[in-house]
Amino acid sequence: MKKTLIEVKNLSAWFKKNQALSEVNVEIEKNKVVAIIGPSGCGKSTFIRCLNRLHEEVEGAFLKGEVLLEGKNIYDSSEDPALIRRKIGMVFQKPNPFPGMSIYDNVAIGLRLNGMKKRSLLDERIEQSLRSAGLWKEVKDRLNYSGLSLSGGQQQRLCIARALAIQPFVILMDEPTSALDPVSTGWVEELLQKLKKQVTVVIVTHNMQQAARVSDRIAFFIDGKLIEYNKTSRFFTKPESPKSEDYITGRF
Amino acid sequence: MNRPFFYQVRKFYNKSILLLIFLLSFIACVPFFFIVFFVFQKGLGVLNLSFFTQLPPTPDENYGGLANGMVGSLKIVGLACLLGVPWALFLGVFLSEKPQHKIAQSLRFVVDLSISVPSIVIGIFVYSFLVSLFGFSAYAGSFALLMILIPIVAKSTEEILKMIPHHIREAGLALGIPKWKVIFRIILPGTLTMLLSGVILALARIAGETAPLLFTALGNHFFSKSLGEPTATLPVQIYEFSKSGFPNLENMAWGGALVLISFVFLINFGIRFFLFLLRSRNLS
Repeated sequence: MKKTLIEVKNLSAWFKKNQALSEVNVEIEKNKVVAIIGPSGCGKSTFIRCLNRLHEEVEGAFLKGEVLLEGKNIYDSSEDPALIRRKIGMVFQKPNPFPGMSIYDNVAIGLRLNGMKKRSLLDERIEQSLRSAGLWKEVKDRLNYSGLSLSGGQQQRLCIARALAIQPFVILMDEPTSALDPVSTGWVEELLQKLKKQVTVVIVTHNMQQAARVSDRIAFFIDGKLIEYNKTSRFFTKPESPKSEDYITGRF
Repeated sequence: MNRPFFYQVRKFYNKSILLLIFLLSFIACVPFFFIVFFVFQKGLGVLNLSFFTQLPPTPDENYGGLANGMVGSLKIVGLACLLGVPWALFLGVFLSEKPQHKIAQSLRFVVDLSISVPSIVIGIFVYSFLVSLFGFSAYAGSFALLMILIPIVAKSTEEILKMIPHHIREAGLALGIPKWKVIFRIILPGTLTMLLSGVILALARIAGETAPLLFTALGNHFFSKSLGEPTATLPVQIYEFSKSGFPNLENMAWGGALVLISFVFLINFGIRFFLFLLRSRNLS
């Protein structure tokens, strides 16, 4: 039996008059890594931003359709977007530690502002999050340093730790390694395999080798339409759509 | 073509422009050093304990001070900051967070305009609708300074907050933090140093304003007992004594100018030192 965690039904999204997604249907299983691939401007980022209701924060953006998280529509009028986002974390393309905040505070802020005040609990959760993000050993002696004092790869892992700290069960990643060097990219990819045990990951990537290495399933988009949603091994060996085959082989 | 020759020409050109930039920057700073030098030279001799504790002298007295003006300035500028800074911060936040909002667009227009309104016009305005009803008072003075302070701080706040990239705000939202908390607990603290620089600039500006206080706080030869009375202020005392023609009063004016400059410097360094302590506690 497969366990469906997120079910996207007839999702369409717009920026003012421009349609970015049309009629997307996807089921995402628990504890899997799903890679979203496709050419630039095909709606990959818009798609994952619809999963944690960040799409609606853009001026003039709106959408139609349903996103069911454990069977409940996150776009139901009774749902608080802030509470949804505590369950579905996000890591962005550019590392974005909060300015003027220490490494510790960067990870702690989500917990603090959601009501966790006790220092011992915070300390414990922060160590745990930084360990999960593979950053603990490098920063444990300088938790008071500015988050911006870290290297780009470390900053991105700090952002992953920040997202993990509030214990979401889904993590969305929007091209998390496109601003990183190959060594840091390797780190993040290794991390993904470990994270899979705790959380479900949806990752947007431009790099097809990366998609092949890290993901269990591939969702391939062109012009806002889902062309193919398939197991990664099948997608790269026997794609169902001729468009997928063209894209993989570079005849796009 | 003789390439090394052209390289020498470019190198010379480059060096001359750099020299020009250096010279112009230096010349721009010269008046500032002269002002500080003269104010110290003329004012330092006047300062003693009684200058800070006593009322202004009459033309034939050889003692006295500007204590009432210092207290009055502190009260009026302090009240204007207390009310104006939070107000202006909220306004700046609104202008930067809702840039497309219709009300924000008209408010931005008003703010841009009021920055360029001469301070004497603000003085006359407050005079005609507040002072004519309630009389001269420290409140009226604070209100006039408030009208100068708010657009300056609001504008600097808006510009500073606009520099913070949008994805930082989204990172906060993505942690399940409500929007207002993202702004007030993440974005504002992260830009505190820059925001306070804007506040210091506005504070220095209003501490030295004379024209709007002439019509509003008026002045007082004694200590004022409440904020509802005409109140002495340093800039107005400097203005009046410097054109009095009596040498002892003119000296008082130089002393007052030195105190005013030092006050602004002290506030500036004080806030920077406070921020330095804050940062070294939070960040090493």
